[in-house]
Amino acid sequence: MSGDQVSGIAFKDLERSIRRENWKRIWYRFKRSRLSIVGLSMVATLLLAAIFADFVAPYPHHAGLYIGFKDAYKPPSLEHLLGTDMYGRDVLSRVIFGLRYAFFLISIVLSLVVPTGVMLGLIAGYYRGTWVETVIIRLSDIFISLPPLVLALSIASILEPNVFNAMLAVSLMWWPWYVRLTHSMTVSLRNEPFVLAAELQGASVIHILLRELLPIELGTILTKVTLDAGWVILIGAAISFVGLGAQPPTPDLGTMVSEYSKYLPDYWWMTLGPASGIVLMILAFNLLGDGIRDVFAGE
Amino acid sequence: MPGSTASRFKGLTSSITSNYYVRKLAVSIITLLGISLLIFTLARVLPGDPARLALGPRAPEEVVEQYRRVLRLHEPLYTQYYYWLVDVLQGRFGISLVTFRDVAVDIVEFLPATVELIVFTLIIDFIGAFVLGVLAGRKPNSIIDNSVRIFTYIAIAIPSFVWAIILQLVIASWLDLLPAYGRLSVGMSVPRITGLVTVDSLLTGNLPAFIDGIRHLIIPSLSLALGSIAQEARILRANLIENIGKDYVLNMYSHGIPPTVIFFKYALKPSMIPTLTIMALDTASILGNAFLVELIFNWPGLSRYGVVAMLRKDLNAIVGVVLVIGLAYTLASIVIDLLVAYLDPRVRHRR
Repeated sequence: MSGDQVSGIAFKDLERSIRRENWKRIWYRFKRSRLSIVGLSMVATLLLAAIFADFVAPYPHHAGLYIGFKDAYKPPSLEHLLGTDMYGRDVLSRVIFGLRYAFFLISIVLSLVVPTGVMLGLIAGYYRGTWVETVIIRLSDIFISLPPLVLALSIASILEPNVFNAMLAVSLMWWPWYVRLTHSMTVSLRNEPFVLAAELQGASVIHILLRELLPIELGTILTKVTLDAGWVILIGAAISFVGLGAQPPTPDLGTMVSEYSKYLPDYWWMTLGPASGIVLMILAFNLLGDGIRDVFAGE
Repeated sequence: MPGSTASRFKGLTSSITSNYYVRKLAVSIITLLGISLLIFTLARVLPGDPARLALGPRAPEEVVEQYRRVLRLHEPLYTQYYYWLVDVLQGRFGISLVTFRDVAVDIVEFLPATVELIVFTLIIDFIGAFVLGVLAGRKPNSIIDNSVRIFTYIAIAIPSFVWAIILQLVIASWLDLLPAYGRLSVGMSVPRITGLVTVDSLLTGNLPAFIDGIRHLIIPSLSLALGSIAQEARILRANLIENIGKDYVLNMYSHGIPPTVIFFKYALKPSMIPTLTIMALDTASILGNAFLVELIFNWPGLSRYGVVAMLRKDLNAIVGVVLVIGLAYTLASIVIDLLVAYLDPRVRHRR
């Protein structure tokens, strides 16, 4: 008995040290590219700015409804780094609060889409060749056969225009891509000996899907999640730009671009702020995603 | 040499008769039906009275009631869908709430402008990606390669509608080089033959209108194309570098075949295939982004009509536009499939 316990403890230690080694190797692979470090720090900075928007923004009370006509239409200056808009609101402050909506969008959409899509993909791949697979794959084909933005716009147009429905529209459009990805990986792993061994030992389907298959596929899924974050922002911004998402005075980046672009070309700085906010977010996540892809590509 | 162009096309036609494409088209028509069902159900299930929405709040109740009967709103959902589907298959999408005309008529009117924009965009996209990809892949890690790489990182991160705003502001407003809105300058007109301004102006021998049409096309298509150009240039570069490092290329070098011939004739062709596959996905994003870009440039096309319909909840028009765009996307991906089959003998023979 005591011998078993000792070896159990030793095994745990071994496991911990292997895990530490793995993290070291991941970090080593990640930091080989300078651009992925740039991406990581950009994402971190933007995230911190979004979380602490109330403290970072120079004029936090300008984010929503605020009117100060005497400061309206001011070009960029030391006082207002990105200028002010038609109601005299500080554009920089609004952009910083806009980051909050962008991160909000990413986290809601991906936390809805990734588990659903991955689970459906695992199931479809595991029950390969049965009606379960046919139903799941045909259903996701319907969503994939339209250009993503067109589908998102038309779903959003049927719902009431607000932040949550925009998120819903993006999520409804996005899940099939995770089904596709996980399905193809699962199909190729389905007949591997370790899966068959687990089946023979009487492991439940849930165990096989979540403990045997999912850990192997996680790296690829994680890469897609990071690379997708930029696209989520893009689609979300497009929906609000058209006017089918968040409504003014919500400080949403896409909504702001749409509101402010009416004042082009004379008051160009208004549009410049939120537009560069969108571009920075997408760029940051693209660079980070490339770095994470490099980490898992070597395996 | 694997035969003349004629025999290659023979290979193509036989691949069509092996009905891979027929099946693909059939599957996508079924999926389009699925999409129509999806949108139809969402629209009918959600709260709101389509008849009241169509006629406005001041219409008398009897008229609204009559219109409800026309739309068959009293009947169950599947009956409504059945009648609607029968109508759609006969080319009747119903009346648009925006233009008060049959949606099919609207589609015929607005489609050519979008076709012209998309085709021009795809041409710019293809040329741009090809030139940048070859320039970067020819000399990896040179100054040209590095500048192309920086360009691609930035161009991918800028959404089409932001490109549209930037280019419109800088090129049209500040530099005043190209027109900022519309398809033709005020005072110019072209008789409608095909509906494509560039083609019609050439057909009627109206050269100034042709140049004017092209000038109007440049900024909108550039803003649609830049993101795709960057993405495809990156893929082409990576594949060129990979193929140049392969054994068959080394073998050609050792036989004394000139490096330029190896690069352009033997390394470029297989590198084009993954690039074309990505182009199919990029076509989807171009078709989607056209909705915003047409809005920004006041382009009188189907996508702008679609956006207006979406903002007014004009259901018949939305479904009509979505179905047409879906069909266009299907056709585009089939064309790209054919191109890949033309370039890749393995694909050609497998099918």
